[in-house]
Amino acid sequence: MIGGVEALIMRLQLSSSESGLVSPEVFNQLFTMHGTLMVFLVVMPLSAAFFNWLVPLQIGARDVAFPRLNAFSYWLFLFGSLLLNTSWLVGDAPNGGWFGYAPNSQTLYNPSNGMTFWVISLGVLGVASIAAGLNFIVTIINLRAPGMTMFKLPVFTWMTLITSVLIVLALPVLAVAGIQLQTDRLFGTNFYNPINGGDPVLWQHMFWLFGHPEVYILILPAMGIVSDILPVFSRKPLFGYPFVVFAGIVIAFMGWFVWSHHMFTVGLGPAANSAFAISTMAIAIPTGVKVLNWLGTTWGGSLRLHTPMLFALGFIAMFTIGGLSGIMHASAPSDAQQQDTYFVVAHFHYVLFGGSILGIFGGIYMWWPKMSGWKLSEGLGKLNFWLMRIGFNLTFFPMHWLGMDGMPRRVYTYPADQGWDGSNMAATIGGFLIAFSVLVWVINVIVSWRRNDRAGADPWDARTLEWSIPSPPPHYNFAEIPVVEHRDDFWFKKHPELVEEYEGHHGPRGAPGGSTVRRRLR
Amino acid sequence: MSTLKAPNGKLISVLLLVFLGILLIACYPGNPQSTFDATGPVARSQLALFWVIFWAAAFVFVVVEGVLVYAAFKYRRKPGDGDPHQTHGNTKLEIGWTILPSIVLVFVAVPTVITIFDNANSPDPEGALQVDVVGEQWWWEFNYPDPTDPDNTLVTANELHIPVDEVVNLTLDSNDVLHSFWIPKIAGKVDLVPNNLNTMWIMGEEEGTFFAQCAEFCGESHALMRFWVIVETREEFDAWLASERADAIEPTDPLAQQGKAIFEGPQAQCWSCHTIKGSVRAQGKIGPDLTHVGRRTHIASGIRENTQEKFDGVDL
Repeated sequence: MIGGVEALIMRLQLSSSESGLVSPEVFNQLFTMHGTLMVFLVVMPLSAAFFNWLVPLQIGARDVAFPRLNAFSYWLFLFGSLLLNTSWLVGDAPNGGWFGYAPNSQTLYNPSNGMTFWVISLGVLGVASIAAGLNFIVTIINLRAPGMTMFKLPVFTWMTLITSVLIVLALPVLAVAGIQLQTDRLFGTNFYNPINGGDPVLWQHMFWLFGHPEVYILILPAMGIVSDILPVFSRKPLFGYPFVVFAGIVIAFMGWFVWSHHMFTVGLGPAANSAFAISTMAIAIPTGVKVLNWLGTTWGGSLRLHTPMLFALGFIAMFTIGGLSGIMHASAPSDAQQQDTYFVVAHFHYVLFGGSILGIFGGIYMWWPKMSGWKLSEGLGKLNFWLMRIGFNLTFFPMHWLGMDGMPRRVYTYPADQGWDGSNMAATIGGFLIAFSVLVWVINVIVSWRRNDRAGADPWDARTLEWSIPSPPPHYNFAEIPVVEHRDDFWFKKHPELVEEYEGHHGPRGAPGGSTVRRRLR
Repeated sequence: MSTLKAPNGKLISVLLLVFLGILLIACYPGNPQSTFDATGPVARSQLALFWVIFWAAAFVFVVVEGVLVYAAFKYRRKPGDGDPHQTHGNTKLEIGWTILPSIVLVFVAVPTVITIFDNANSPDPEGALQVDVVGEQWWWEFNYPDPTDPDNTLVTANELHIPVDEVVNLTLDSNDVLHSFWIPKIAGKVDLVPNNLNTMWIMGEEEGTFFAQCAEFCGESHALMRFWVIVETREEFDAWLASERADAIEPTDPLAQQGKAIFEGPQAQCWSCHTIKGSVRAQGKIGPDLTHVGRRTHIASGIRENTQEKFDGVDL
C-alpha cells in the first residue's frame, strides 16, 4: 500500500508538466522507495507467502523442513521492511534509485544516510530470502508424499523450487555488492569510486548480475500460480507439463547470461553488446513456449470464468505485451533509444504488474477459500479484476510512446512543449483507477468475511492435493499423508475414468505413470 | 454470472478504430524529441530495427491475444457440459513452436549485430570533426579541439553546433556521476562514465535545432540537465566556431557595462565559477563557460529560452 501511495504521489507530480507538487529531492526518494518497496517488500514477500503456505499442502507434507528457520526468515523480513520505511520518518529516505548506481550513491554525492538505510535493509531482507530459499529447496526435495515424483509436482511447487535456487544464488551477489558500497561510503574503500581508481561500471555489473535473476525470482512464482489456475478452470490438465517445467528451468539458467542488457548504453563495446543481445533474444524462446502451453491448456477446455481464471487470462495477455516490448529492448541499437526512458518503465510494469501482480491476485482469489474457509465475493472479485486491468493499461500503455517520444526516466518534471502532457495525465488517472481496484479488493475481503459463505474443502472442483483437506487446513495439514499415483492426483482420484485419457497415450515414453499403465494394458 | 455474447462485427470495428487511433497518437513523429523522426544514419538504423521487431511483435500479439479471446468465448462452459478430453500435450507442436520463434529471432539478431558494429565504429575516425563532451552535475561542457593546435581548444557549454551531413566523432566523459548523452532525433544514447572514456559518432542529416537531454539519473536536477544541438551548414558552423573562439566583446552599452560590473564584482561573484574569454577576472572552471552566452538560444543547461520575455519579471 505504501509503495502504491508513493507511486500515486509521483503520478500526481507528473500529471502536468513543470508541476511543483513535490520537490526534486522528495521525488527522487519517492521513485527509489517505490521501486525498492515493490520489488522487495511486495512481490517477493507475496510470493514467499504462497511458498510458505501452499507448497507443503501441494506436496502432501505437514510443514516445511525447517519451521524455526521459516519463522526466523519472516521476522527478519519484518525487521528489514520496518527499517527501510523508518527512513521516511527520519526524513532521509534513500534517493539513489532502487538500483543505487555509483558514483551517485557514494558519500561524495549522497552524504545523507538514506543510501545507508537502503544497503542495510536490503542486506537484512536478503538474508531472510536466502533462509527461505534454502528451506523450500529442502522441503520440496525431501518432504514429498510417497509417490509424488518430481514430475508429478504441481507447477507452482516446481516454480518455487527453481525460484528458491535462484534466490540462494543471486541474493548473495547483492549482499556483496552492497557491503562493498557501504564500505566505500563509510570506510573510504574505493570499489566504485572513480576518483581513486574504482569503477562505477563494476557496481552495475554486480547489481545486474543479481538483478536479472531477481526478475525471474519475481515472475516464476506467478507463472506457477497461473499454471495451476488454468487447468482447474479449464477442467483439463496443463498442456505440455514437462515442457512448461523445462522452460522454467531453462529460463532460470539462461537468466544468468543476460545481465548486461541493462547496460547496453554504458559503453561495453560492440562485442559484449552483441553477445548479450543474442542471449537476451534467446531467453524469449522458453518464455514463449510457456505462453503457448498456457493457451493450449485453455484450447478445447471447458472454461469457467471465475475471478481466479480472469486474473490468469489477464496475466497471459499482459505478460505477453511485456515480453514483446522486452524483445525490442533485446536489440541493443533499438534499446539505445529506449534505455532510461518511459518505454522501459512500460516494459517492466507490464511484466511485473501485468505479470506478477495479476498472477498473485489470481492466486489470492483461488486459494483464499482454502486458507480462510470462506469464499470471496465473485461479483466484487470481477469488479476488482476489470478495474485493475483497465487502470493498469491506462497507466502503462501510454508510457511506451512517451519513451519513444523522448521522455526519460527518473525525472521529477518535464517541459511543457514536448507534447507529453496528455499521456501523462492519462497515466495518472489510470493510477488512481488501480488504487481504487485495490480498495475494491479490500472491501471484498471485509464484506466476504462478514458474510462467511463457507467454502468447504474443494469449492473449485480442483486438481491438486491441497483441495483434499478441509478449509482452513488443520495445523497438521494432512491427517493421513496421501499416497500419490498421478500428476493432478486429487483430480484423477475424483475422476478415475479420465486417467487413461491423460496417461494412456504415451506409456512407453517414460512419462509419469507410463510403466504402470503399460502393465495395466498388458 | 452474466453471459458474454460472442463479439459481433460492430464491436470489432470499434476496437479496431480505437487501436488505430492509439497507433496514430503513439507514433506521431511531430514532437520535439520523437525517435520516430530520425534525422541521421545512427538514429535511422536504430529506428529500422525497432520497426522490424515491432511488426514481428505485432503479429505475435495478434495471434496470442486472438487465440486467448477466442478460446475464452468458444470454450466457455455451458450448463450440462461434460469434461473435456484430458490432453497431455503435443510434442510435435512443442518442437514446432520452439523452432519457429528461433528462426524469426535469427532475422532480428543478424541485423542487430551488424547495426551494433556499424554504430560503434565511426565511418571517419581520423578526419571528422571531433568534439569532447564532459558531463557535470547538471550541465554539459563541449570542447572543440583544434586539430592544428592542441592548446587552442574551444570550450563552450550546453549548446552543441555541428555541420550538417558530416560525421562528428564524440568522446564522452564525466567529471562526477553517471550521465547519458541523448539527442533522440539524431542518435540513441551513450552514457558518460567517470574514468571510462566512451566514444560515439553522429551525423545530422537535417538542419535545425534539436532538443537533447541527460538520460541517466544523476541526482537532484537530472530532469533539468538538457542541451540543444544546432545542425547548420558548414559555412555557418565555421563562422560560429571562429566567432566563439574570439574573446568577449567589451561592452559599450551602459546596461551591459553594469552587467559586466556585477559579473566581475564582489557581490554576485559570477567570475568565481564561470569563464568569460577576454575577461581577466572571470576564469572560473566550476560552472559552464559563459563566453558569448548572449548568443545562445537557451541558458541554464538548455532549460530556459534566452529571450527578453523569459527574463522580464524574473526575480533573480
